[in-house]
Amino acid sequence: MLEPIIDVKDFRKTYGEFIAVDGISFAVNSGEIFGLLGPNGAGKTSTLESLEGLRAPNGGELRIAGIDPTQEARKLRNTIGVQLQVSGLHENITVSEAMEFFCAYHGVPANYELLDRLGLGEKRKTQYHQLSTGQQRRLSLALAIAHEPPVLIMDEPTAGLDVATRVELHAIMREQQAKGTTVMMATHDMAEAEEMADRIAILLNGKIVSAGTPMEITATGAGLTKVSVRTQESSLLADGADFPAVTSTTSKEAYQIYFSTDIGATVAAVIEYAEARNDPLIDLRVERPSLEDRFLEITTNGGSV
Amino acid sequence: MTAFAHHLSFEFRLGIRNRQLLFLTYLFPLVFYLFMGFLMIEINPPFGDVLIPAMIIFTLLATTLLGLPELLVGARELGIFRSYKINGVPSGSILAVPALTTMMHTAVVSLIIIVTAPLLFDAPMPSNWVNFVVVFVAMAFAAAGLGVLIGVVSPSSRTTMFLSQMVFIPSILLAGFMIPLSQLPEAFRSVAKLLPATHGVNALNGLAMGTGAEFDPWGSVAVLLVGGLLSFVLASYLFSWDSRNSTRRGHPVLAVLALVPYLAAIFLF
Repeated sequence: MLEPIIDVKDFRKTYGEFIAVDGISFAVNSGEIFGLLGPNGAGKTSTLESLEGLRAPNGGELRIAGIDPTQEARKLRNTIGVQLQVSGLHENITVSEAMEFFCAYHGVPANYELLDRLGLGEKRKTQYHQLSTGQQRRLSLALAIAHEPPVLIMDEPTAGLDVATRVELHAIMREQQAKGTTVMMATHDMAEAEEMADRIAILLNGKIVSAGTPMEITATGAGLTKVSVRTQESSLLADGADFPAVTSTTSKEAYQIYFSTDIGATVAAVIEYAEARNDPLIDLRVERPSLEDRFLEITTNGGSV
Repeated sequence: MTAFAHHLSFEFRLGIRNRQLLFLTYLFPLVFYLFMGFLMIEINPPFGDVLIPAMIIFTLLATTLLGLPELLVGARELGIFRSYKINGVPSGSILAVPALTTMMHTAVVSLIIIVTAPLLFDAPMPSNWVNFVVVFVAMAFAAAGLGVLIGVVSPSSRTTMFLSQMVFIPSILLAGFMIPLSQLPEAFRSVAKLLPATHGVNALNGLAMGTGAEFDPWGSVAVLLVGGLLSFVLASYLFSWDSRNSTRRGHPVLAVLALVPYLAAIFLF
């Protein structure tokens, strides 16, 4: 679990004067799900495309399972599987033809069992454009893993999918991880990254501004915990009382909301206050900052952590 | 089956499944052939003598210049080349397979014309079948090379149509199957020699149909083969997998080098 299979050191990518990636370094351990997060133009695609051997770096070193993607394209193609955000398939190609075609170029027999397992068995003769978005994405994933690569790279794996298909794809990603496959995904979807990724790197303007497990990243922020309280007589809403460790307050519907740096102190004081006014609690919710909150905090602060 | 054979096989089937390609490869040339056969021969009876070579050259032009470049540009824009590169499909196959399948479809249409033209329009068959095949292959090679080159350098679908028409329309007017080359003014005859179709018609007439060439027909075959080879070499050099067509090795203007053999033909013949 701790051996790095993807190693990026001082990687730099420029397009003319524009610096897309500015000397980033990170390592992905074998068997991990690693999330690359960032707003549009942060450098995610340039990083992925360079790891896929599509673009040459302007500086630094990239290695996947010891392979230099720019120098050893032949070795690389059986080491990685790439699920593309866009189709990358002719609209008239059938599911079977796509499987046969890509497996032939990888030098492995067509993996029809995989099509069955991903729910595409009945669709073998169906042309790509006749598949639903979810089926297209599953086919793309099937083609990416048919040659059983040790590294799977996914660009926005569940963008535009309904909840059920998204859950299905997450299950497949977990299945791949259980088989020892390392998954590297770029995503805008914070909930997906938080749920799926073992570790995350947040890219902003070509630099990594935060890296670690989702818990570590959310813990390094301002650390404000949201405490939402509703009481029977709404005394909290009416009185506008001050409580310890609260930095700001707001209200929504019948709830008074406090942003606290010390949950224990705030919650105890709120309960005591309500009891003193004989105003029974109906609901009290404590929400730690989500990855999305932390991401917004980082990106709106221009990357200062 | 090898990877290349799989590629060739499914791409051939795509040519029939894709409605736009089906139209450009089969329907458009065959409808035009029937139109020319029924109408043109009525107006100008000697046209019947050149109906087969004229319609075969027309079919080759329609499929390679109108169909093939659009196929390549569309695939590049859809990210298909990107996916091919990631999965180890060589750029040689990416360019050669559509060219080969286009030539195969064109051969089918040509066969339909050869079989039906004598029955429907009393058009004469080729007198030398071996030479007919040699000229057909040379012309298909040259036209497919040009089609591939246009597809590679064209930045968008709109530009593709413009570049293709820049070759297609002059070919229809000047190549010698509508108006014989000898009846064109001298300046137009020189311009006509810049077009692969002119050399195709000249070689077919001189070597396969027995109706006489306007200039050295084997010279035309040589020009077509060299022109085709140069086009494929340039296309391979300028090829880009990138959907934005921004990662090629040389400037697209290098593509005009493909005209060098045709330019030489103006001075040689």
